[in-house]
Amino acid sequence: MDYFLQQLINGIALGSIYGLVAIGYTMVYGIIGMINFAHGDVFMVGAFLALIAFLALVAIGVTAVPLALFLVLLIAMLLTALYGWAVERLAYRPLRGSFRLAPLISAIGMSIVLQNYIQITQGARVKPLPPLITGGYTLLDHGGFAVQLSNIQIIIVFTTFVLMLAFSWLVAATRLGRDMRACEQDLKMASLVGVDVDRTISLTFVIGAALAAVAGIMYLLYYGVIDFFIGFVAGVKAFTAAVLGGIGSLPGAMLGGLLIGLIETFWSAYFSIEYKDVASFSILVLVLIFLPTGILGRPEVEKV
Amino acid sequence: MSAPLLSIRGVKTFYGNIMALAGVDLDVCEGEIVTLIGANGAGKSTLMMTICGTPQAREGTILFEGRDITRLPTHEIIRSHIAQAPEGRRIFPRMTVYENLQLGAAVTGFAHFDQDLKRVFTLFPTLAERREQRGGTLSGGEQQMLSIGRALMSRPRLLLLDEPSLGLAPLLVQQIFEAIRNLNEREGLAIFLVEQNAHHALKLAHRGYVLVNGLITLEGAGRELLERPEVREAYLDGGRRRTEQAR
Repeated sequence: MDYFLQQLINGIALGSIYGLVAIGYTMVYGIIGMINFAHGDVFMVGAFLALIAFLALVAIGVTAVPLALFLVLLIAMLLTALYGWAVERLAYRPLRGSFRLAPLISAIGMSIVLQNYIQITQGARVKPLPPLITGGYTLLDHGGFAVQLSNIQIIIVFTTFVLMLAFSWLVAATRLGRDMRACEQDLKMASLVGVDVDRTISLTFVIGAALAAVAGIMYLLYYGVIDFFIGFVAGVKAFTAAVLGGIGSLPGAMLGGLLIGLIETFWSAYFSIEYKDVASFSILVLVLIFLPTGILGRPEVEKV
Repeated sequence: MSAPLLSIRGVKTFYGNIMALAGVDLDVCEGEIVTLIGANGAGKSTLMMTICGTPQAREGTILFEGRDITRLPTHEIIRSHIAQAPEGRRIFPRMTVYENLQLGAAVTGFAHFDQDLKRVFTLFPTLAERREQRGGTLSGGEQQMLSIGRALMSRPRLLLLDEPSLGLAPLLVQQIFEAIRNLNEREGLAIFLVEQNAHHALKLAHRGYVLVNGLITLEGAGRELLERPEVREAYLDGGRRRTEQAR
């Protein structure tokens, strides 16, 4: 029971990270019907920008952890958002109106470009970050096994929760959110009521990338090491999360993220840690076969 | 005569390599209802969409209030006070009636939102009752009203209506046409109407045009066109062999 509780905590923390990345997949899919395969790599770039920002801040003498964390969050979100914007501008917008597969191929190309760019500029070896946030709470401790809730896990779940609230508010209640929903439901009609579709799509990429940056920071803090390849695996898992929750659905992405985090953690805990990726991807296959619209997705019904 | 509100000259529109509009000339003046009739596939909706810049005309010019809008992006054309209730109504299905109307009003910056909302609800009282209902759950007639209402929320100086009567029961058709007449007579709103329901549309319109295979073949006062034998034969009486004869 204690062991189970511990895994539950670990799974929720990991799932939050996946959820944040999954939102980027699902938003872009919702609006332009395309899987942005470079999104996982944008997440990776976010983690690297965060690492560089941390080291730069330490170098100029900012060592108070909360302040440093806040600044890193800000810097990484801004710069990663810029990457997200640039990716859309360079690789996808010129292909809009082209055949459906074109942006998809372009996305895969962009993914490779980003990976190699980081590999060349940052090196291929793993980059460590000394643990900044340590400590935590012991929730239960009877006998041999103690259930730990670490501070970093609290920060991950709390930050994710706050961002989700802010993001849901943005989509539900702001002008931009309404424009985004309009674009998601009918791109052409959105332009016919005066929505600047290109701008809305750009902003969607910007927001998705900023959320991925936060996930990247969390990943960096949680695991302490990153390399140029983390975006691929995390990206495919977040994509799985988006599909599991129902691609196009925002609550679905969050739920899918949590579930994938939990499944992966429990699989590692009770079965085999070597095969945890197999577990996640088997879920992807099963969902695509038996529940293609996902848990919260809508079946595609065209009303004429 | 003063310069027309909307002036289309020599407009050619292509889908890929297929020419959908082959050089269309057409005017809409202040306070006018102008009707465009034509068979399926003649290019009526294409012309509507070309006015809104989606797709853009490959050749020719479109002037609105003297300003060249041919190469403007769609949202800027809409912001210059042209509104369209497009073919198939295109209601945002997962938004409420209210939100759909809000989206229509967005280009005005919500300066006179309550006033405009009242105007739409007066014109179509059913919409007021359905205010919080999702657009996708409305009946066809209600969706059409919402589509027109949404267009009106932007305070257009030119309203484009693409087949507002399509698929509606006769009573509803009458109601919609009545609303169109009211808008024009009471508020002097210029309306460009595309219709397959040629009889109704021509009776309502000040002037009409006939579009055949991407070209205007006839134009004249609405009632006058209604009497023309080639129009009667092609679009009114029997009208199955229409395209060949109208040529």
